[in-house]
Amino acid sequence: MSYNPMNDGPDWTFELLNEYQAEIARVAEHYRLDTYPNQIEVITAEQMMDAYSSVGMPIGYSHWSFGKKFISTEQNYKRGQMGLAYEIVINSNPCIAYLMEENTLPMQALVMAHACYGHNSFFKGNYLFKTWTDASSIIDYLVFAKNYIAQCEEKHGIDEVENLLDSCHALMNYGVDRYKRPQQISMYEEQKRQKEREDYLQSQVNELWRTIPSNQQEARMKKVRFPSEPQENILYFIEKNAPLLESWQREVIRIVRKISQYFYPQRQTQVMNEGWATFWHYTILNHLYDEGKLSDAFMLEFLQSHTNVVYQPPYNSKFYSGINPYALGFNMMVDIRRICENPTEEDKAWFPEFAGSDWLDTLHFAMENFKDESFISQFLSPKLIRDFKLFTIVDNHKNPHLEVGAIHNDEGYQKVRSSLSAQYNLSNNEPNIQIYDVDVRGDRSLTLKYVPHNNIPLANSKNEVLKHLYRLWGFDVRLEQVDENGENQIIAKCPVEDSED
Amino acid sequence: MAHFIDRRLNGKNKSTLNRQRFIRRYKKQIKEAVSDAINKRSVTDTSSGESISIPQRDISEPIFHQGKGGDREMIHPGNDQFSTGDKIQRPPSGQGGGSGPGDASDQGEGEDNFVFSISKDEYLDLLFEDLELPNLQQSQLDKLVQMKTHRAGFCNDGMPSNLDIVRSLRGSLARRVAMSASKRRRLAEAEEELAALLKEPVPPQQKITELEAEIAELKQKIAAVPFIDNYDLRFRNYEKRPHPTSKAVMFCLMDVSGSMDQATKDMAKRFYILLYQFLTRTYKDIEVVYIRHHTQAKEVDEQEFFYSQETGGTIVSSALKLMDEIVKERYSQGDWNIYAAQASDGDNWADDSPHCTEIMTKKLLKAVRYYAYIEITTRAHQSLWREYQAIANTHDNFAMQHIRTVEDIYPIFRELFKKNRQQQGAA
Repeated sequence: MSYNPMNDGPDWTFELLNEYQAEIARVAEHYRLDTYPNQIEVITAEQMMDAYSSVGMPIGYSHWSFGKKFISTEQNYKRGQMGLAYEIVINSNPCIAYLMEENTLPMQALVMAHACYGHNSFFKGNYLFKTWTDASSIIDYLVFAKNYIAQCEEKHGIDEVENLLDSCHALMNYGVDRYKRPQQISMYEEQKRQKEREDYLQSQVNELWRTIPSNQQEARMKKVRFPSEPQENILYFIEKNAPLLESWQREVIRIVRKISQYFYPQRQTQVMNEGWATFWHYTILNHLYDEGKLSDAFMLEFLQSHTNVVYQPPYNSKFYSGINPYALGFNMMVDIRRICENPTEEDKAWFPEFAGSDWLDTLHFAMENFKDESFISQFLSPKLIRDFKLFTIVDNHKNPHLEVGAIHNDEGYQKVRSSLSAQYNLSNNEPNIQIYDVDVRGDRSLTLKYVPHNNIPLANSKNEVLKHLYRLWGFDVRLEQVDENGENQIIAKCPVEDSED
Repeated sequence: MAHFIDRRLNGKNKSTLNRQRFIRRYKKQIKEAVSDAINKRSVTDTSSGESISIPQRDISEPIFHQGKGGDREMIHPGNDQFSTGDKIQRPPSGQGGGSGPGDASDQGEGEDNFVFSISKDEYLDLLFEDLELPNLQQSQLDKLVQMKTHRAGFCNDGMPSNLDIVRSLRGSLARRVAMSASKRRRLAEAEEELAALLKEPVPPQQKITELEAEIAELKQKIAAVPFIDNYDLRFRNYEKRPHPTSKAVMFCLMDVSGSMDQATKDMAKRFYILLYQFLTRTYKDIEVVYIRHHTQAKEVDEQEFFYSQETGGTIVSSALKLMDEIVKERYSQGDWNIYAAQASDGDNWADDSPHCTEIMTKKLLKAVRYYAYIEITTRAHQSLWREYQAIANTHDNFAMQHIRTVEDIYPIFRELFKKNRQQQGAA
């Protein structure tokens, strides 16, 4: 094709951004990337720091922890210990992407391809996001949350609200539903329903307060446990059942829970999401280059940034800090394309269902239907394990030394793959703690159960977290763990000084 | 589909509120850091912010996470030497024992301090929080009144220098239009008529002459309307309004006799600087008068005040007398808020102390807002302390404190300016 490159800057103007955006959009459509409309906002470094401290959300309620995050970001940035991300993108409809002012034109183009077409299409297509988030209502919901919490602060005082939020944040990771689809409602509905909920919830709480025993004998005969099944969504349980909370407090818990739920898919699709976006900025810009639309200078700058992003330092490098999700994700996407286009005998044996198929179909299928854990266990090929030279280290706490488990050889591929997949399984990394019992007839104490994964104990922070839980529940809180003999051991309780025993 | 929005001009301080929340929450720790800092800091450097350090564990946000131990399997890239079954020495704790990706890192046992800076204003706010200038409200309005000139519209009379040209010319234009309007109208008519007559085949000479005469006369009349007249003139008007003064003068009195060594003077200096900073928060302009004394008092500049060495005996009243003179001469009470701080090691010629009491009670304490006496010594109090104590008991605007070490300065300063000092004293 003819070589007729667009102006390659390096300074950008809005006209040039528009021009590049149009070209990128055209190519993205060619590759069937389905996106929300884009809202691209140019911001300064200071504004980027603001965005950082509010986890990228354009609006958020006020809390000291965001201030802490802002202060440390600001400090690090000013001392030059850390650069800011080139972009932040928000899973909303329209999809908001921030471009930083000081990026050069090639960087802006890279970011647009990466965020506005890569991440954006992932948000719209991936099943987790489809199931758990509602891009069209999140901004409205955040506005509602911010206003509601500001109102609470006015009514009940900053300290009270802050303490409540502290407690909710401590349990934020335990505020997600894993199996139920959340309702989608707009801000208008949210406000209307909130009123109804207030009244309804209070009436429900009275159940716990009932003091007249209906029939003691009968009660002793069959001791009904409450909750009848263990509950893993602790915040939800508290919101619905904590006896002493006022309705506004329940609403605040609900807000934290909803926001946690919104971020839940992101925590499970880091590798895929970044890999997908990186793959597409790489593919789109190369496509444009092949058409002769991009200059060589542009490509050199782009490739320099790109290779920085996808670099994976080896385990013994001083830059090593775990597996780089960009590197892993990008290489897996590239590898899937390779397996489709040029399968080897090995690939055909390992991936009979898609080796040699249409690569675009396969990639879209992978993006839409997997999360990190399942994506790796389905698509990580032996070739990639060899390229990365992956190996496992087995750390058994009973042994005096570590052991190398599997390496990149025939015997090791399966093992490495399943271990890596497990490493991205959130439920292996987050302690499994569930609400087990409430002493409804007695002191209303709450019992939680910790089920260790691979004998890994809970960290000491559990005592602090229990204090927060105690604040929410209002009565004694206990945390139990099943020991080797199968007996329940109390490993933490709050308040600590217990008169019993 | 996409559109661009330029947000660069939007406010960048979205996080300000959250930052304030953070400072509010950790005020206690930050305040401790601030009062530690005041003693370490160079005395000339009270106009910058401060770097604050809080132990990380105080500000951690606890979450449930996995602790150390248990069985783990970790994946690493870049295998260059290992085969299955290789045994590796456990690395010393703290390395490699993490709980896999994500989570946990900043909640660990790290004891690093959380360090950040606060601005000058935040620093001063914290430094002087809960403190107030005593005796400020009492006579703010009735006594400390200064007239300040304000603009007050326009008037017809005034000095040429206050002439408002635009308004004057506007007036003149209006007058000229008003006075010549009918003549101009007639002039236009006459000119039209004349033109009509001239076009006729046989111009009536008589009429033409008449019209021409009229036109000439009208033109003359129009020209005679003066371009500017006395009653066009407008002058800017000013009036004086009472205005509470915000001028303050701070007297620093210090004993520089032989017994005061440099360390003692440095302590005094810290105290003066604190006081000066504190006053700047209330008053825009502050003058500082330095008076040092041994047996004689002298007004000096800052450098000399703090650093020149003198010897000799001590007569405190000389300084008080000089201060009184300076007040009378330069700082007439009506205009100035007068504050004084006296630092001494307590030495005084015994016969002089009653004399000090007299000058204080009869003259100075009537003039000043607040008089603070600090005695910097590790020895027993002498006659001056006892005399002053009697004054402190009877006068609200006199306070005295004893400083032994550098660490005392800031607490004692707070003591002197604690809020509601008077109410507490009265009760």
